[in-house]
Amino acid sequence: MNLRRITLKNGADLDGFRKAVRWLIAEELAPQHVVFAIDDAPGLFGDEQAGDAAPVSLPKGVARLIEQVVCHHDPERYALLYQLVWRVLNGERDLLEVASDPLVHRIDLTARSVRRDLHKMHAFVRFRRLKGDNLERFAAWFEPEHFILEAAASFFIDRFRSMDWAILTPIGSMRWDRAMLIFGPPASREDAPGEDSFEEGWRGYYESVFNPARVNPTAMRAEMPKKYWRNLPETAAIPGLIQTAAQRVERMIEQEATMPAKRTPERALEAMWDQEPKSLKELNAIIAKAGPLVPGATQAVFGEGPAHAEIVFVGEQPGDQEDLQGRPFVGPAGKLLSKAMREAGIEREQAYLTNAVKHFKFEQRGHRRIHSKPTAGEVKHYRPWLMKELELVRPKLVVALGATAVLALSGKATPITRSRGRARFGAYEGYITVHPSYLLRLPDEATKREAYEAFLNDLRRIHDLAQADLDTGELPLAAE
Amino acid sequence: MDEKLSKKLRILADAAKYDASCSSSGAPKRKADVDGLGSTVGTGICHAYTPDGRCVSLLKILLTNYCLFDCAYCVNRRSSNVKRAKFSVDEVVTLTIEFYKRNYIEGLFLSSGIIRSPDYTMEQMILVAKKLRRDHGFRGYIHLKTIPEASPWLIEEAGLWADRLSINLELPTEQSLERLAPEKDGASIETAMAQMFERIEEAREERRHFSPAGQTTQMIVGADETTDADVLRTSAKLYGHYAMKRVYYSAFSPIPDSSAILPLKSPPLMRESRLYQADWLLRYYGFDVDEIAASGERGMLDLDIDPKLAWALKNRHRFPVDVNRAEREMLLRVPGLGARAVDKIVVARKHTTLRLEDVARLTSGLKRAKPFLITADHHPKARLDQLNLRERLIEKPEQLSLFA
Ligand code: SF4
Repeated sequence: MNLRRITLKNGADLDGFRKAVRWLIAEELAPQHVVFAIDDAPGLFGDEQAGDAAPVSLPKGVARLIEQVVCHHDPERYALLYQLVWRVLNGERDLLEVASDPLVHRIDLTARSVRRDLHKMHAFVRFRRLKGDNLERFAAWFEPEHFILEAAASFFIDRFRSMDWAILTPIGSMRWDRAMLIFGPPASREDAPGEDSFEEGWRGYYESVFNPARVNPTAMRAEMPKKYWRNLPETAAIPGLIQTAAQRVERMIEQEATMPAKRTPERALEAMWDQEPKSLKELNAIIAKAGPLVPGATQAVFGEGPAHAEIVFVGEQPGDQEDLQGRPFVGPAGKLLSKAMREAGIEREQAYLTNAVKHFKFEQRGHRRIHSKPTAGEVKHYRPWLMKELELVRPKLVVALGATAVLALSGKATPITRSRGRARFGAYEGYITVHPSYLLRLPDEATKREAYEAFLNDLRRIHDLAQADLDTGELPLAAE
Repeated sequence: MDEKLSKKLRILADAAKYDASCSSSGAPKRKADVDGLGSTVGTGICHAYTPDGRCVSLLKILLTNYCLFDCAYCVNRRSSNVKRAKFSVDEVVTLTIEFYKRNYIEGLFLSSGIIRSPDYTMEQMILVAKKLRRDHGFRGYIHLKTIPEASPWLIEEAGLWADRLSINLELPTEQSLERLAPEKDGASIETAMAQMFERIEEAREERRHFSPAGQTTQMIVGADETTDADVLRTSAKLYGHYAMKRVYYSAFSPIPDSSAILPLKSPPLMRESRLYQADWLLRYYGFDVDEIAASGERGMLDLDIDPKLAWALKNRHRFPVDVNRAEREMLLRVPGLGARAVDKIVVARKHTTLRLEDVARLTSGLKRAKPFLITADHHPKARLDQLNLRERLIEKPEQLSLFA
C-alpha cells in the first residue's frame, strides 16, 4: 500500500490536523500508512476530502493533549498524535492512563514542553510603553520556543483588558485594542520600543531582592534559561551580581557587629503601645471610617447610653429606622423594648444600648428595605469592636437580645431556647433573652401576650441582677 | 521613574528580601474588568529569578524600614545602622500599577517596620490595598503582612482586600522569641493566627472574600538552638490548628550590621532544604513528626540524604515494596517516588504490569527507588541489607532549588 501524505500548515495547525484525523479514520488508514508533512502553502490536503467524514469522538484528555501538542515545533508531532488517536480508537480507550507507555510518555513530555513555554511566555513578556504617544500603549518583543501565540492570547487579554497592547514575535504578532484581538504577521525586534522608563527601577528592584549569601546560578538558570535572557531587561544585572556576591558576604561576615547606637526612644516606645481607642467616641470614629461590610447602609449606628452604664443591651443590627436616624433601638422593636424596660423598672436612659452589627443589611423589595440577617462571618467581623465597646463601658451585666447577640458575645452559636437566662460572656456577667422583634413577629395575640410576659420577667431579673452586688456572689433567688 | 523613588525602592526591597513567604498562589481565578487591571491564576507566576535561584513573583517591599521594634535577627531593627526610607501610600500604589502593566509582577507583597504604632502601620498598609482595589480596579494578587500587635478589627479589614495574609512566627519557640524579639510575644501571634483562620473558613463557607488564598508563615532556621524536630513540631501544630497554606523556612543569613548575639556565618541552606522536604512528608506523604525526627540523629535531619531515604534506611524491614501490588500509602514511602509518580503508578497498573523501565518513565528518582522496589523484572534481594547502601545513595552535594 502507498503511503498517504498529509500536508499541514506551518505552525499550530489544529484545524488541519482535526480534519485530517476525521478523514484518515474514515478511510481506516493506520499510522504506518500515513506521513505528515508541513508546508507554508497548504491546500494539498483540501477541505473537500474531509468534508464528509464523520467527526471523531475522543476522550477529553486526548483532545486537550492534541491542542497542546500541535503547538510544539517538533515536525513529528502530528505523526505521534495520530498514533495516539489510532490506538485510542482501536481498543485502548484508556491509553492515557498508562503513563508508562512509551508513546504516552513521549507525548506527555511534548505537551509539557509546550505548557512550560506558555507559562514562560506569560512570565517573561515585558511590555514597554510606546513613546511620543498621548494614549497609553504598550508593546513587547518575545521569542517563544513553540507556536504558542494564539494559545497565549487569552491570558494577556484577561489580565490587561483595559490596556492597549501588542506582542510581537518571530512567528506572528497580536494586538489588543481594548476591544478586539487582531493577529498579524511575524515581526522583528526593532518593531517594539527599545526601552521603558520603568526598566531602570525594575532592574534596581531585581538587584536589591537578590541575597548574595544564597547565590545559586544553577537554580536560576533551571527556571530562567539563558535563551530568554536577551529579552529580559533585568538580566543585564546578573553577571555583576554573581561576581560580587562572595565578596559582599565576606564583608558582612568580617565586619564586626557594630555596637548598635543605643537607640531606645522611650517616648516613642511608650506611645507605640498606647494605640487603643480610649473613649467610645474614638472607637466610634474607627467604626465609621471602616464603612459597612455589606454595602448599602446609610451610616454606622453606634451604641448609646451613659459611658459607664450598669447594664449593656446588645441587639442584632440596626433596622430601617435606626439606619436613617443613626440611633439604636428607635424602630418598632426598640419602642417595644423601651416599654418593657419601663414596666420592669429599668430606666432606658440609664442603660447602654448597642448592636452586634453596626450597619443595616437589607434586601430591597420595591420601595421597602427588608431586614436581612447577618451571617456568622459578618457578626464576627464586627465582634472586635463590640468587645472593645464593652471594655470601655465596663458594665455589671451584659444582656444578649436574641441569637445574633449571643453569637457576638460568646463567639459561639447557641439556640436561645436552651440558653435563656443567666450566662457568662468572657469577663462579663451576662443574661440571655429574646430580641424584642421576635415578639412583634408572633402570629396570634395569645402567644404574643405570653411571650411578652416572659420577656418582662427576664427584664425584671435583669434589673435585680444589676442591683445586686455580683462580685460577692450575693444573688437574688431565682430558679436557675 | 524618578530617581528618588528608585532609591527608596532599592532600600525597601533590600529590606524585604529576607521574607521567603512570597508566592502568588492559591487565589481564586479572577479576570480584569473592562476598565480594570489584573488577573490571578491558580498557581501564580514567577516573572523572574534572581541569581540566588529564588522566584520574583510579587513586588515585595516594605512600606518603611524604620522600625520601633528591636528583633535581633532583623536588618530593620531600630538599633541597626542601615539606611532608612519610607514610601507614601500613593508611591506604593503607583509602583505596583506601573510594574504590573509591564508584566514584571503578579501583584504586591507588602510588609512594614512598625512606625508610630502597630495600628497606624497596619492602617497604612490596608490603605494601599484598598486604593489598589477601589481606585484602580486592581484584580492582581495582594499579600499583606499582618501585624499581630495591631487591633483585631484591622485584621478583619485587611482580609477584605488581601488575597493572602501572613504573620511570620520567625522563631519556633517562645523562649527564642523572648530572647531575640523582645517586643513580640507568642500568644498574640497565635491569637491573630486563630482569628485569621476562623475568618478564612467562615468566609469560604459564606462565599465572601476574606484572604481567600489563606495564611502562611515563616520560621528562621539557624538563628537559635532549636532542633529540626522542634521546628517540625511547631509546623505540624501550625498546619493543624490554623490550616496554614504553607510554612516557609528561611536559613538565617548574615545581614549587614548584624547583631552581636547571633551567629554570623553562611546560611544553613542544606538544612533549610531538608526541612522543606520533611515538611512535604508531613503534608502529603502521611509521615508524622516523630517518624521524621527518628530518621536523623538527636532531633536533626540527615544533611547528606533526603529525609524519606533516611527513614527508609532505618526501616528496611518494611521494604522492598512491590509497585504492582502495594497500597498507595506504602508506595508514598518509597524513596525517589513522588506523589505524582505514585498516582500514575496506581492508575497505570490497572492496565498493565509495570517493569523497571516503565517506572523509569514515571520518576526521575529511580536510582534511589531501586533498592526498595520490586517490579515485574526486578527484585533488590540482599542489596537492601547492604551496609554501604546509604553511602552509595548520597548525592553529590548540589545546591537545590526550592521553589521549582
Ligand atoms: S518588627 Fe521586628 S522583624 Fe519586623 S521589621 Fe521591625 S525589627 Fe524587623
